[in-house]
Amino acid sequence: MLHLSYSDYAALRAHGEENYPHECCGVLLGNSTPEGNQVREIVRAGNTRTDRAHDRYNIAPEELIRIQRQARKQGLDIVGFYHSHPDCPAQWSQTDFAEAHWVGCSYVITRVDQDKAAVTNSFLLTGTSEEDKKFLDEPVEIAMNEAEIEQERGRS
Amino acid sequence: MNINIPTPLRAYTGGQQTVSIPGATVGEALEALTGAYPELRQHLYSGEGKLRSFVNLYLNDDDIRYLPQKEATPVEESDELSIIPSIAGGCCRRLQILLGMPNL
Ligand SMILES: [Zn+2]
Repeated sequence: MLHLSYSDYAALRAHGEENYPHECCGVLLGNSTPEGNQVREIVRAGNTRTDRAHDRYNIAPEELIRIQRQARKQGLDIVGFYHSHPDCPAQWSQTDFAEAHWVGCSYVITRVDQDKAAVTNSFLLTGTSEEDKKFLDEPVEIAMNEAEIEQERGRS
Repeated sequence: MNINIPTPLRAYTGGQQTVSIPGATVGEALEALTGAYPELRQHLYSGEGKLRSFVNLYLNDDDIRYLPQKEATPVEESDELSIIPSIAGGCCRRLQILLGMPNL
């Protein structure tokens, strides 16, 4: 189970809408707990794949090192990543799977139709090695306060 | 020197985020690291002993692939080596268009 606040959930979806028709990407910081990955903060990252930004993403390792350094100071860890699929299902692709190497981390994917965020799903990368890794569908729990519940009601 | 271990590899370093490893060069420190934590080796190197293509090694802020001396680069006690697996992916739109598949 991935635990996420409503504001972080809304922010990563908004990032996908802003970047449409290009893919957005970012890092989920938090703590890994026996109940699953608990996100405390999300950090936007640049997409280095300017050659194919509409259907590829890549986060520069330099940027990841900076994010990791900052996270450590706050007692947080990298627990996952997010990216968007412009006009494409919120399911992992073969490319996503081949390029996923952070076992134990959550990979969150948001489908963006035109410039509106549609479905958001999370996949947990499990396994013990490159050879037996696997994506599992991961339930997402979104923590909302009263005002946010009202806001979401107003939307639908 | 201190070596930062990424989340997925901490299972092999007893859960430690950072390990302190002796060594005069990047290569020596890596050798000492995999000596101390032998299970790490297969996750960092392929069967032929080459660094796996998706594993990035950074000495402070520099990719060791682009350092003139690469793994022979001398290191100081205060240096920081980070092991960072790559983060990438993408979607399948091209294929969908090619096959004329409806969006799911
Ligand atoms: Zn993707």
